[in-house]
Amino acid sequence: MIFKGRVWKFGDNIDTDAIIPARYLNTSDPAELAKHCMEDADPAFMSKMKPGDIIVGGENFGCGSSREHAPIAIKAAGISCVVAKSFARIFYRNSFNMGLPIFESGELADAIAEGDEIEIDSATGVITLSGSGRTFNISPIPPFMEKLIADGGLMKHIARK
Amino acid sequence: MGYTITEKILMAHTDLKDIAPGQLINAKVDIALGNDITAPIAIREFRAAGGKEVFDREKIALVLDHFTPNKDISSAQQCKAVREFAVEHGVVHFYEGGQVGVEHALLPEKGIVLPGDLVIGADSHTCTYGAVGAFATGVGSTDLAAAMLEGELWFKVPASIKFIIYGRLAKWVSGKDLILHIIGRIGVDGALYQAMEFTGETISTLPMADRLSMANMAIEAGAKNGIFPPDAITEEYVRPRAKRPWKFYFSDPDAVYADVIEIDASKLEPQVAFPHLPSNVRGISDAGEVKIDQSLIGSCTNGRIEDLRVAAGILKNRKAAPHVRLIVVPATPLIYRQALQEGLLNIFMEAQAVISPPSCGACLGGHLGILAEGERAVATTNRNFVGRMGHPKSEVYLASPAVAAASAVLGRLASPDEL
Repeated sequence: MIFKGRVWKFGDNIDTDAIIPARYLNTSDPAELAKHCMEDADPAFMSKMKPGDIIVGGENFGCGSSREHAPIAIKAAGISCVVAKSFARIFYRNSFNMGLPIFESGELADAIAEGDEIEIDSATGVITLSGSGRTFNISPIPPFMEKLIADGGLMKHIARK
Repeated sequence: MGYTITEKILMAHTDLKDIAPGQLINAKVDIALGNDITAPIAIREFRAAGGKEVFDREKIALVLDHFTPNKDISSAQQCKAVREFAVEHGVVHFYEGGQVGVEHALLPEKGIVLPGDLVIGADSHTCTYGAVGAFATGVGSTDLAAAMLEGELWFKVPASIKFIIYGRLAKWVSGKDLILHIIGRIGVDGALYQAMEFTGETISTLPMADRLSMANMAIEAGAKNGIFPPDAITEEYVRPRAKRPWKFYFSDPDAVYADVIEIDASKLEPQVAFPHLPSNVRGISDAGEVKIDQSLIGSCTNGRIEDLRVAAGILKNRKAAPHVRLIVVPATPLIYRQALQEGLLNIFMEAQAVISPPSCGACLGGHLGILAEGERAVATTNRNFVGRMGHPKSEVYLASPAVAAASAVLGRLASPDEL
């Protein structure tokens, strides 16, 4: 798949309380959760972002709670994918399980600036920075995860078995 | 080559004859846990996948502990959906109302999670059960749905970090201080995707309540699980509670570790994690003058009877400082009753504390103790991220029950030695 969009940059250790604060967890409705996506990291985020945009984080993105509401909020907000230096493990698992594309790239987060446009080719594992044409490599997705994604997430994967 | 306790428990839940870190496996689940926030999504996924029956009604635990007693209509709706599912499927371990406790205090207390078990929970602090020698890890709601349906789940076998902790703990230094110190040392991603195995002479005499506090916070270092080798203390804790057989697993002498970290615990003083990361840790003597507005004693980290006894010992014949809201949350109905019978609740009331029903509410900024803009809380909980307990411009300082109690009396971060 190809993902092309404007980059919104965040730092290290973006936790799930920042992605979707617990005060909004009295619902699991994706549209409601999306209204508050990234609110405690950047209160104006939802008024600035456009569907298709890409979040770029630093180390340990998605740390903290196991709430699946976090990847749900990001996906429902219209963010096409998340790139980070590393992901917290439950967030990593949840994203694959519910079909939010995420990619690990050590170099990218340092090299690009907010507002840059990038294109990600998940098949070739290459990220290209628009303008300069500079490229970055994505860490490969384990084959098991590829199958999970190809089946449309964990529950559909189970249904196919 | 030998195996770690984590590898052995995982392997015992598969048909595999060998197992190695990094390997993706499917393993059988002994207990699958959800709560009023995470279970509604799992139930939706379960039904969407055409789920008709749960794999085993005795192996699922549904605990309505987060936004309960129901804080608003939406929360009530979520609880209702979980209750209806529990009734429909005859889920045995369903807890609400006067039977509910904070899940990670409740499940070990009732002997629902046992040594050698493989436990998954749609709550990140599921890692708490490593204290009794189980493999326990937090997952998301979709994973819970899959486990409720299939009774098994995919796992990546984690590498292990071995912590060898030695030296006698000083007065007022607890398991909470040990784990805060460790997280301060290795960072919030210091054990990312890995198992934290706690060993050494300090651990061999460490009470179960302290082990539960430590395993609880393994996730705050990014770990997949935290685990303690079972021993006589485990046996004494588990025997009166278990209603089914359990098994002790031990790491082999030649087990392979990604890292071995030695810690001299004799030099530790009470620790405090400053905002806004659990790794932002200092000794209490380096805390400086930090005025507080609220002191919260409770949660899955430190809401057990041992924690309340420590706090009551400090609060006896004392009062919370003017304008400091002291909130005590006994983690389960049994702990609440014990605190009542031992006279602890009376001490807390004399100290002008609010005694909350068992609930996760205040810890995660849900209800029952929210902070306003600019307010500061010392809390015996496990997270101090931005906005964790309320307004995004409020602050949370993580500490032990002893420090939280002393701080409530003095109105600032303080050691009990200052009283």
